[in-house]
Amino acid sequence: MIAEIGHFALVLALVLALAQSTVPFWGALRGDSRLVATAPTLALTQFLLVGLAFAALVHAYVVSDFSLVNVAENSHSAKPLLYKVTGTWGNHEGSMLLWVLILALFGAFVAAFGANLPDRLKAMVLVVQAWIASAFLLFVLLTSNPFFRLNPVPFDGKGLNPVLQDIGLAIHPPLLYLGYVGCSISFAFAVAALIDGKIDAAWARWVRPWTLAAWLFLTLGIAMGSYWAYYELGWGGFWFWDPVENASLMPWLATTALLHSAVVMEKRDALKIWTILLAILAFSLSLIGTFLVRSGVLTSVHAFASDPTRGVFILAILVLFIGGALALFAARAGALAPGGIFAPISREGALVVNNIFLTAAAATVIIGTLYPLLLEAVTGDRISVGAPFYNLTFAPLVVPLLLLVPFGPLLSWKRGDLGAAAERLMIAFGVALLAGILAFAIVGGGPVLALFGIGLGTWLIAGAMSEVAFRIKLGRAPLGESLRRARGLPRGAYGTSFAHAGVGIMILGLVGTTAWGTETIVTMTQADSVTVGSHTVTLDSFAPRTGPNFVDNVARFTVRRGGAEVAIMEPSKRQFNARAAETTEAAIKTFGFSQLYISVGDIGDDGAATVRIFWKPLVTLIWLGPFVMAFGGLISLSDRRLRVGAPRPARRAAATPAE
Amino acid sequence: MTRKQRRLTLIALAGSVLTVAAGLVLYALSDRIVFFNTPSDIEAKAPAPGQRIRLGGLVVEGSLVKETGGSVRFAVTDGGASVSVAYHGILPDLFREGQGVVTEGVLEASGDFAADTVLAKHDENYMPKEVADALKEQGVWRQTEDAAATSVTQ
Repeated sequence: MIAEIGHFALVLALVLALAQSTVPFWGALRGDSRLVATAPTLALTQFLLVGLAFAALVHAYVVSDFSLVNVAENSHSAKPLLYKVTGTWGNHEGSMLLWVLILALFGAFVAAFGANLPDRLKAMVLVVQAWIASAFLLFVLLTSNPFFRLNPVPFDGKGLNPVLQDIGLAIHPPLLYLGYVGCSISFAFAVAALIDGKIDAAWARWVRPWTLAAWLFLTLGIAMGSYWAYYELGWGGFWFWDPVENASLMPWLATTALLHSAVVMEKRDALKIWTILLAILAFSLSLIGTFLVRSGVLTSVHAFASDPTRGVFILAILVLFIGGALALFAARAGALAPGGIFAPISREGALVVNNIFLTAAAATVIIGTLYPLLLEAVTGDRISVGAPFYNLTFAPLVVPLLLLVPFGPLLSWKRGDLGAAAERLMIAFGVALLAGILAFAIVGGGPVLALFGIGLGTWLIAGAMSEVAFRIKLGRAPLGESLRRARGLPRGAYGTSFAHAGVGIMILGLVGTTAWGTETIVTMTQADSVTVGSHTVTLDSFAPRTGPNFVDNVARFTVRRGGAEVAIMEPSKRQFNARAAETTEAAIKTFGFSQLYISVGDIGDDGAATVRIFWKPLVTLIWLGPFVMAFGGLISLSDRRLRVGAPRPARRAAATPAE
Repeated sequence: MTRKQRRLTLIALAGSVLTVAAGLVLYALSDRIVFFNTPSDIEAKAPAPGQRIRLGGLVVEGSLVKETGGSVRFAVTDGGASVSVAYHGILPDLFREGQGVVTEGVLEASGDFAADTVLAKHDENYMPKEVADALKEQGVWRQTEDAAATSVTQ
């Protein structure tokens, strides 16, 4: 019964979305403010209905209602409660429902918190949101309905894929979807502005917080996914350049570019056309990501069961929205008046350089992801594009960008002084150089590229600090004056510094792990010892251990350093009862920022097992960096200036070049 | 600088970055991609020595041998030819004899394939797409009873 209520609510939500697509639109065209005013109410109600449908599905999972095909296929009564709940989106139908729920959530947010938006723009944004919502609700109802009944009802379900029975499933997909779907808001703003033909600095100010929120969630979602793959798959890798990972990286790069270009648009009324195009592209890339993941056209380690009709449906949505938006863009872009002018060496110029590099980098990822599809369609050759491709294309485009990052915030608007900026970065440069030399001294050599990488990471962190230090006149004014300035500094400035420093932290982790990490593969029997770096790892025993719905074959290791016991580590082979499947559960122990990582293979009849031991120096920084980046985003988001409805004249912003 | 000069500066900058990017991509696509081969492909035309390729097919029943020091050996077939694969490391959880597998590495002069990667799939129903297509070409594709598995490969 509850499932039927959910099903019905979902159909009703589609009807409302269709109403929201048309009624306020008609009102806006006719200038009828009563029709325009229906949009927020419709958006809120639509969210409640999708929420009801989602709650009904969660309920079905929690009570193990195997009369639903979806539950019977993907759940099992013996599963712990947490995985029953998260299992709701551990399958195609449920995850698409989550997608639609988050879409409706963003619509509801615009309706509830968009008080500073002009009514007409707000209504148009919600109309565009509703077009997307209608398309995806239709997709869920027609091709991926999670509410279909099953007869006869099976005694028990088939169980959830064991790899997904992890806390990561509770966190990673919702965060990632908040990011993906969050891009729909800036898309809706862009399309609404194009329809209205009115785009100004105020528009950029309204769009920025939404883009920032989407970016923040996307950053966290990708980092979480990376850590999940790292500890769950037992390969010790954190990024595989897998198509599904690329699908999330592409919108991230586009959103990062959009964040930066929207600043120029807000402050200087320039780069309007480009910003609008980026807003369209960011969401287009999210849709392409959804298509790639959900259609199964690409071979990927993420093996989502899929069926061709779904792929065609999403492809149709893709063509409709991207094509429609780009056509609208082509028709209207010419009408947008060019904005403020600026010298190539200026804050605007720096942000343009950022955009050029980011979009070029995004383009290489797009080509690397789609080229295999194209080649197979044309020549029939099957190829895979992996790390070697991206090391040669993506990395050379990102490194110069990162080298330039500290300069940007130190240049003033309109016309900047590169020499002065370089002078202010002298200390940061010195620190970076020192870090490279220090790394050389500590590890006694190492690849030149790695030493450069350590310098680069430090350069980014020190450069970010230099900016704040400069703006609060640290060391050049009395301490009291600096503290007063530090309090007065807008939060956005701190946000920028945190985000840029976060990139530096991540670089340090990437370099440390790739350059100095070790991997040892050995066959061990009881009481065998292996030395990994400064640690000695001894296999104590094998012992089975019973979990709620699995049996662990635990291998117990003692880790010693200098003779003293520092850790007990217990990796295992996990055998699940419901599906005849097993997973490798790695054991990870953190020492400082570095980690020791052990995974075991099958235990042979002779009592020997293959053991894989990784030493991963600085590896935690790879995920700490994105957290610092997201924290920077959060600080920026709390900046009061982003919530001020009326735009300040550009003249006043230009008068305070330190911003 | 005039407005026009400023604009030209930006266009030149964007153009040069894009040119470099395009050059890198073209070079990488000719040099850094890995072709997928079946055992029959290799029998018909062996890849150049030292060239990285992907080899996919079914693991031959009873061919898995565990050697000392964590090395394993197994044979991969597509119904026609078969190739012996040597690998050092832990096999993925879903590695089974008689099931699909994709390995990546180099074909040695002895005719053995030295793999440094054996690909794991998240789902035990899942047959790697390339493998399924290759098996269909060889006519040894068996329709499994599991609907999810077949839908992936259609």
